[in-house]
Amino acid sequence: MTLRNDIEITPELVANHGLKPDEYQKILDLIGREPTFTELGIFSAMWNEHCSYKSSKKWLKTLPTKGPRVLQGPGENAGVVDIGDGQAVVFKMESHNHPSFIEPYQGAATGVGGILRDVFTMGARPIAAMNALRFGEPDHEKTKHLVSGVVAGVGGYGNSFGVPTVGGEVQFDARYNGNILVNAFAAGLADTDKIFLSEAKGVGLPVVYLGAKTGRDGVGGATMASAEFGDDIEEKRPTVQVGDPFTEKRLLEACLELMKTGAVIAIQDMGAAGLTCSAVEMGAKGDLGIELNLDAVPVREDRMTPYEMMLSESQERMLMVLHPEKEAEARAVFEKWELDFATVGKTTDDLRFRVLFQGDEVANLPIKELGDEAPEYDRPWVAPTLPAPLDPASVPDADIAEGLLALLDSANHSSRRWVYEQYDTLIQGNSLQTPGGDGGVVRVEGHPTKALAFSSDVNPRYCEADPFEGGKQAVAECWRNLIATGSEPLAATDNLNFGNPERPEIMGQIVHAIKGIGEACTALDFPIVSGNVSLYNETNGRGILPTPTIAGVGLIEDHAKMVRSGFAREGDAIVLIGAPENWGSHLGQSAYLRDVLGRREGTAPYVDLAHEKKAGLFVLSLIRDGKVRSAHDLSDGGLALALAEAAIKSGIGAEIATPEHATLATWFGEDQGRYIVTASADEADEIVAASPVSAVVIGSTGGDTLKLGPARSISVAELGSAYEGWFPAFMGATIN
Amino acid sequence: MKSAVVVFPGLNRERDMIAALTKIGGTPPFVVWHKDAELPDVDLIVIPGGFSYGDYLRCGAIAARSPMMDLIRERAEKGVKVLGVCNGFQILTEAGLLPGALMRNASLKFVCREVNLEVANANTPFSRNYQQGQVFRCPVAHHDGNYFADNDTIAALEDNGQVVFRYTAETNPNGSINNIAAITNARGNVLGMMPHPENLIEPAHGGEDGKGLFAGLLNEVSDSSMTTG
Repeated sequence: MTLRNDIEITPELVANHGLKPDEYQKILDLIGREPTFTELGIFSAMWNEHCSYKSSKKWLKTLPTKGPRVLQGPGENAGVVDIGDGQAVVFKMESHNHPSFIEPYQGAATGVGGILRDVFTMGARPIAAMNALRFGEPDHEKTKHLVSGVVAGVGGYGNSFGVPTVGGEVQFDARYNGNILVNAFAAGLADTDKIFLSEAKGVGLPVVYLGAKTGRDGVGGATMASAEFGDDIEEKRPTVQVGDPFTEKRLLEACLELMKTGAVIAIQDMGAAGLTCSAVEMGAKGDLGIELNLDAVPVREDRMTPYEMMLSESQERMLMVLHPEKEAEARAVFEKWELDFATVGKTTDDLRFRVLFQGDEVANLPIKELGDEAPEYDRPWVAPTLPAPLDPASVPDADIAEGLLALLDSANHSSRRWVYEQYDTLIQGNSLQTPGGDGGVVRVEGHPTKALAFSSDVNPRYCEADPFEGGKQAVAECWRNLIATGSEPLAATDNLNFGNPERPEIMGQIVHAIKGIGEACTALDFPIVSGNVSLYNETNGRGILPTPTIAGVGLIEDHAKMVRSGFAREGDAIVLIGAPENWGSHLGQSAYLRDVLGRREGTAPYVDLAHEKKAGLFVLSLIRDGKVRSAHDLSDGGLALALAEAAIKSGIGAEIATPEHATLATWFGEDQGRYIVTASADEADEIVAASPVSAVVIGSTGGDTLKLGPARSISVAELGSAYEGWFPAFMGATIN
Repeated sequence: MKSAVVVFPGLNRERDMIAALTKIGGTPPFVVWHKDAELPDVDLIVIPGGFSYGDYLRCGAIAARSPMMDLIRERAEKGVKVLGVCNGFQILTEAGLLPGALMRNASLKFVCREVNLEVANANTPFSRNYQQGQVFRCPVAHHDGNYFADNDTIAALEDNGQVVFRYTAETNPNGSINNIAAITNARGNVLGMMPHPENLIEPAHGGEDGKGLFAGLLNEVSDSSMTTG
């Protein structure tokens, strides 16, 4: 069947393209006539939320994006940060939520493929990946199927492509029942003088199509990702793309080889909205027009229409502007890797986006308005209503040991081994810390001492209770995790997942979360260099928990001094740094309250950014000076869970004292800006004396049991089996 | 001593292997593209891990039928040592250079973790730096490492000492029969193994247990080069 280009443009057709009546009027005003069917598709692709950031742009502009090391901030395929010695780390995180709910394996796989392409498009070889995954409640009928499919898809793509997955998150909450989150992160290494951008330069130069052929998969995907789900969700399966990591691996090698020839002027990967988005972005950024001849586009299906070719989201494709005199050399590289290479158009000086097909001009649109001058909204928003503080008297005194074991054996705090053993964490031979610790660490190949640390964090419980503090906390926790490996946090990428921005209370969450993120990034010198926004994460009007995922990168100057979260040896003193009196006080919105008592109450913990910075920089100095043998940040589950994790990872027990006025919050409170470090007894005294924030020796490592104050001793083996048990037991009950 | 790493499209641990051979052997290997018309004159040919041609068919099946494998077969018949790791092992079985087959893991899932290997035959060029019965650490990362062969073949492999490394029973990650992790051909110059010794060769990897395989192999190769040359 062939779709004609002269299909009548009805209000229903406009609505089916996700364009509101006022947006359609804007199109009519802009071009002075009714758009063709292909043009309507192009507008729908460029002006949807996913590509245009029309609801969030106003607020994203407020984020700090600059810093002495930042070479490229948001707006390109990925952010670029200088790591010294002429090298840069190139990274970004991006969501693939909607496709992954519809078709978990391919949705997750192509999410990984897309983010890897963003990184190597810029000339960087990918060296690390992470994935932040959020699923519905474990008992929900779809959850196991989705976990199984998404994890297999992430692994299936990343393992075959050949990038180590070094970190990430997996969480469960009923609020993701109808809308899971798959946020994929990738980082690569490039030479600072060989970074490639998408801005086209020069008139009359060839626009070249590279990679896989164009099929009908993914047509309309970006538009689908910009709408809420209803009960017709299963019908949207054809909008999900199909991944081919084998082609992506060849595309990586071919692109890096091609870049060495000096032929590349500009390069853009074809991600959301494929050929349309990549061509418009290259032209609009370079203040140039683009003319495409669709007859030259390599296709894998017969009788594809211009509409389908322009909106296809077939994977593993690139668009480049090349130096014409190097075209033969470039073609030879792609022929070696058996990939398509076709000149499909040229740059022009008329600022028009023109599309030709079988002799007809099927689209002729102003390129700037399609691209960087797309509509922008200042959507109405209301400030979130904050919950009342938790009444401490309402939390009954309880057995600390039982509480800890319950947390270790719970959906959200048990070991993620079942997940990360399905990912290749070791490939490339540079992984120094693999998943299960505070951050993943990968050494910089070819450098004798340098390494990069990665962490991905957000606590949606906090963000729901208070989007502003939750936004701050996500940044602070990511920064803290990087510190705990011994790295200097450099910069971050944000992946903002929210519900429908047309609802003022959701827009209020977005605004407050971004304000919180901005404040924390500024205070911690931790700029946002790339990111992605995923809105409309709702099903039948019920939104997800606000989930602004923050993924950060840190630099370790000498990985011989890196530390891990597990205890390093017996007989060390354990020092708690940055804690309030009685070591912990805040149980509101804590893991203990939700996962042990089944209560979601209270305010989110306050993040004192000045304290955070003082505590963090002090811990970093201790690690760099070789004064501590292990370090672990305190987060979900508080001091008790942090100590248990350190014991389980090392197989070494510990005995912990009790502060004078201990309460349950001493052990399970989630006060921010805290770390535990271990050191010899003498060094521990020096640490306590030198600390600019509170520091107290709370116990010592040794033996094969963990004893928390007055609680009964628990053997490390018992802790370990509780911790390792939940996930395999949960997934073991599944058929697939 | 001279070695070569053969690269088929879709392999992805060639850089790990090149790094290991370079760091342990002192000189970088030749890197041979699958379409090259000839193989350099080397003492050791390595087929590294990955997903040749995407492994969309049976793992290694397409690479095994390429002209490059004919060249490798000729060299193997002349006694040149051939090491296939992971996808390399799968390619060698598909090409008929080694018996048996690698089926999907018993768990049906990809698995990346550290296992323990026991040296079942220390009297091969690949294992001579280890003691008979020694247990050492080694990572695995594969989806299809479940070694299988018919009873007669297994009996012959066991009787001839062609099983070189076994997973310890409690760390067998994939359901391989007799816990087989590595085998050689009857002549003993072609070895295939699923685990990745190249990812555990230096302190930064958390151990050097895999180094012995390369050190023994490269030294052995250079010794024999000296005696013949």
